[in-house]
Amino acid sequence: MTLVNAVLQGIFLGAFYAVLACGLSIMFGVMRIINLAHGDVAVLGAYIVFVIVEHTGVSAFVAFAAALPVMVVLGYILQLTVLERSLKAGILTPLLATFGLSIVIQNLLQLTFSPDVHSLGGSAGVVTTSSWQVTSGLSVSALGIVVLAVAVLVFGALQVFLSRTRAGWVMRATAEDADAAELVGIDSRSVYARATAIAVAIAALGGLFLGIRSVFDPVSGPTQLIFAFEAVVIGGMGSLWGTLFGGIALGVAQTLGAQVHPQFAVMAGHLLFLAVLIVRFGGGRAVLPGVRRALLLRTAR
Amino acid sequence: MTLLTVESLDCRYGLLQAVRGVSFEIGQGETVALIGANGAGKTTLMRAVAGAHRPHGVFDGIDITRIPAHRRVALGIALVPEGRRLFPGLTVEENLRVATSRRRGRWNVKSVLEVFPLLQPRRHVAAANLSGGEQQAVAIGRALMSNPRLLLLDEVSLGLAPVVVDAVYRSLTDVIREGATVLLVEQDLTRALKVAGRVICMLEGRVVLEGDAASLDRDRVVRAYFGLKRPA
Repeated sequence: MTLVNAVLQGIFLGAFYAVLACGLSIMFGVMRIINLAHGDVAVLGAYIVFVIVEHTGVSAFVAFAAALPVMVVLGYILQLTVLERSLKAGILTPLLATFGLSIVIQNLLQLTFSPDVHSLGGSAGVVTTSSWQVTSGLSVSALGIVVLAVAVLVFGALQVFLSRTRAGWVMRATAEDADAAELVGIDSRSVYARATAIAVAIAALGGLFLGIRSVFDPVSGPTQLIFAFEAVVIGGMGSLWGTLFGGIALGVAQTLGAQVHPQFAVMAGHLLFLAVLIVRFGGGRAVLPGVRRALLLRTAR
Repeated sequence: MTLLTVESLDCRYGLLQAVRGVSFEIGQGETVALIGANGAGKTTLMRAVAGAHRPHGVFDGIDITRIPAHRRVALGIALVPEGRRLFPGLTVEENLRVATSRRRGRWNVKSVLEVFPLLQPRRHVAAANLSGGEQQAVAIGRALMSNPRLLLLDEVSLGLAPVVVDAVYRSLTDVIREGATVLLVEQDLTRALKVAGRVICMLEGRVVLEGDAASLDRDRVVRAYFGLKRPA
């Protein structure tokens, strides 16, 4: 039963990673930008929610709804001021630019909010603490259900947007061939800005969940980025549903790893990530025959 | 009425000058074939008119030098690029629909599918899974979706079987008969002379011969095409 419980908790944890990874996946899929500031953008979102909660006393969820337009505008500004310019200078420049942006965001947060840790758990109401005991070894937390439901909803909504709406087709067309898209009358600049705005808004959602499930401080971003990045790679870069699956696979690997030893949790996730990297990027062809040969030798003896 | 004026157009790729001082005009409703050997600068010229390159040009009395490609579509210029450049992951219908512009006219998904009946059953198939001829039909249809006043066709017969090229040109004749102004690049001389009213021949970035398709004798065109000197 503990194993079933571990997998279940892993799915809930993975849904959180998937929400974090979603924006990263969109930006890579549409613009081929790996946004190294993605984790920091999520943390920035958590801080904005935190400020609204502190000043008005509303629930974290209400505060998030208020923070959403701010994040969308920030996304537009980020694209039009930083990313668009860096995209023109080749594929490495956005990587450097977002790395710099990551440092800038961390230091601005440090300067404004001090290095103290904060949490949104207290302002999220009963969701933070409620849970249901299914059987003796199996309990389901309300927050886990909420995160999983929201994750499925977000990915589902994106799927509908990309496959059913004209704006979604235009985004896919631009992602596939921006030059040809321009030639049929699509303004790739505004499509890119829209994609970044969506990515930043969903990153803030990840920040909200991070703040509710645990604590955050100005330098929490990079850790979140690593998990988000692993989720994207495990699921297949640029694939939307793959990212949801990748996040859940990462979460399950971590909770199963924790069954072996509590300190092995994060390591198990990294190992899954490495295994996927080796298999997907041709390394499998180099490594697997060696493994097979070793196994054959053993059976031959 | 003159629809497109190109005045001493120069295009460069770094040190390489692909188009050198090319000037010509295209009137409303004309079909002009742009011919010339590989590397003569035909594709570059087309991309410059469509806005993918940005040298000087005047369209319908408007200086379009500074207008980016996506806004030229709204003005009524549409390019069918060399190699088709469809969006492979999008279906036929999606490929057409993303190209809808604010320009009103007779072209929409329905009328495009009527001109290219071969696409009707393939409507919901991803562009990547189409045959070459079907892809070319989608590329032309996609350009038509913006109801262009000037249609630029870059090597629509490239890589297609002769039977398929015939079918594509049959549909094109319908489009031309509708009163479209067309500038097309074509490697096949006979076909170019047949479909176009006027021919512009380029060599090493310059216009070397220009005239009515009917009045040009084939020999002169061939000499201009390959840059052969007249025997003394």
